[in-house]
Amino acid sequence: MSSSASVVLAVVVGVLCASGVVLLLERSLTRVMIGAALLGNGLNVLIIAMAGKSGRAPLLGGDGRDERAMSDPLPQVMILTAIVITFALTAFLLAMAYRSWQLHGHDEVQDDVDDRLVAARRASAEPQDTGADAEAEAEAEAAAAAGESGELRLVDGEPGPERGRS
Amino acid sequence: MSWSTSLLVPLPVVLPLLAAGIKLTIGPRLPYVHRVISVGTLALVLGVGIALLVLADQDGPQVAAIGGWQPPLGIALVADRLSALMIVVSSAVTLCVLVYSYGQGAADGEESLPLAVFHPTFLVLCAGVSNAFLAGDLFNLYVGFEILLVSSYVLLTLGGTSSRIRSGTTYVVVSILSSLLFLGAIGLVYGAAGSLNLADLAGRIDRLDGGIALVLEVALLSAFAIKAAVFPLSAWLPDSYPTAPAPVTAVFAGLLTKVGVYAMIRTETLLFPDTSVEDVLLVLSLLTMVVGILGAVAQTDVKRMLSFTLVSHIGYMVFGVALGNRLGLAGAVFYVVHHITVQTTLFLTAGMIERRAGSTSSERVGGLARTAPLVAVLFFLPAMNLAGIPPFSGFLGKVALIQAGVVDGTALAWVLVAGSVVTSLLTLYAVGKVWSRVFWRAPRVALPTADGPRGREGQDEVVGATIGGRTITTSTAMPVTMTGATVAMVVLGLAYTAAAGPLMRYSDRAAGELRDRQAYVQAVDPEMVRPVERAGAGNP
Repeated sequence: MSSSASVVLAVVVGVLCASGVVLLLERSLTRVMIGAALLGNGLNVLIIAMAGKSGRAPLLGGDGRDERAMSDPLPQVMILTAIVITFALTAFLLAMAYRSWQLHGHDEVQDDVDDRLVAARRASAEPQDTGADAEAEAEAEAAAAAGESGELRLVDGEPGPERGRS
Repeated sequence: MSWSTSLLVPLPVVLPLLAAGIKLTIGPRLPYVHRVISVGTLALVLGVGIALLVLADQDGPQVAAIGGWQPPLGIALVADRLSALMIVVSSAVTLCVLVYSYGQGAADGEESLPLAVFHPTFLVLCAGVSNAFLAGDLFNLYVGFEILLVSSYVLLTLGGTSSRIRSGTTYVVVSILSSLLFLGAIGLVYGAAGSLNLADLAGRIDRLDGGIALVLEVALLSAFAIKAAVFPLSAWLPDSYPTAPAPVTAVFAGLLTKVGVYAMIRTETLLFPDTSVEDVLLVLSLLTMVVGILGAVAQTDVKRMLSFTLVSHIGYMVFGVALGNRLGLAGAVFYVVHHITVQTTLFLTAGMIERRAGSTSSERVGGLARTAPLVAVLFFLPAMNLAGIPPFSGFLGKVALIQAGVVDGTALAWVLVAGSVVTSLLTLYAVGKVWSRVFWRAPRVALPTADGPRGREGQDEVVGATIGGRTITTSTAMPVTMTGATVAMVVLGLAYTAAAGPLMRYSDRAAGELRDRQAYVQAVDPEMVRPVERAGAGNP
């Protein structure tokens, strides 16, 4: 493919992908969804740009016209498939954001279980001047995180057997 | 390559899709018909896979041009030795998991949900996996990935409970990002090489400028590395897999990451043989092994520990791919087969532990060796297999990879050899720790009886959330299909030891075919062979 893609397309790809990536880094799932959609569209434009020079509609006619003046039809076919797939993914993300909102009242992506356990452990290991409240909070946090991972703390209030270590 | 044999190639993709459609049409009625359709379809796919394996081994790669459109323009499905082997193993494993899920569904009283959603989606997942293994062009590989990923999103968030939505979010967002990376890479490959057919690309990429080829290789490998969970891109896996139902986690752990590994093998051998990226891959595989297994050692929950060993052992396969010599590839192929089976078995057994004791946390469960000896045996055998204790296939696979590393002989390869031995030992430590706590130690909490205590108030939902948002029915009577399927998987894992000779020779032939590239290209389109012949002759 001749590399004569227009500068405009390149700029559009850059802007779409950059804003898509920024949104993907957000905590809110709705913004992540918009980011994924933007990134997907940016990549579709990239494929268009990769098709080279635009030309006639790619229809095979019998009147002996030059086939080399046609646009490359393959990338257009690929983009059609990619658009459908991105659409399905967007719908799924939207459904997950809605379900998350139903369950938690927000659609923010939470830290994973280990992150929360480590944070809780660190908070409870801090010096005494943080007071009992912070420790209790950390305990509650650890219990919540541990519960989600299917772990169980045996007795209320007693430091878990594994929590105390390192 | 007669007309009749090439007709077999699309069947592993078409049959499960067709069956899924029929099942969706039937809806949640006629459970018996559903079972016959599902089991029959996957058994048929297994049969087709074995036929393809024999054909590919005897007559070379089997090619089907979809709709009669010839490559490179048309879509080709190619079953060479590697693809056929992957189809056989994946269909055997999915068949066992399907049978297992029937037992679990019946025991949890979730009859209507699995029939309506789980089983059609599961079949679509199988179709996607087959499509990825058979894809003869990059875009079809992308479509295969998407089919299996979208069905995996549905399976992972099945029931929509709080913990599944939380872990599913990470999984879905990371997977979408990897898909978009792959799509971008496809665009770049098309722009640079003007084709997406793998056989066609094999010749075209050789003629590209080295820098451009490097960009394409890194772009493709990054996308696959996310799917395969190679170290810096692996953090999503141990967080998202353990919350799903046991059969779902089992099939994810066994198959989905291996599809990524397969894609890495395919691109590294067919498109980019002998490139400078291989050293980077070696370092990454070492980090994957060591970081993964250190994570596993720190875990107390059986499922989470297994997820970390899964990440760790991906490193072994990447090690073989990165070495790129024939022995290394053969070892990687053997290890993929071994690891699909063993990892799936271990997650199925974890499901049985959960069923028996109500939890998979080794802080909570104890003394199962006495109360559930069969589960203990079914956990012990694959666990030792995973750790690489001599008679088992895990040992043989590791030996092959270590041999390949020694043959390679560079300093980096020796570091990798040492790293893989250490990882093997640490795996033994991790599974041994869980084994002694869950099976040997006296139980910390009394095992739940019919009306006995199940631990602290309010924890039932939390534990139950790991199976469909309901409290798990713990019982001493394990459904016979669950036990039977797990036993079958354990036996399959042991059979690799018995059949190690033929399997290793087959892996070696597959590796030879991968290194050669000619057979693949020749089978897809004889006219493409000429440019590939000058493979490795340097760039113009």
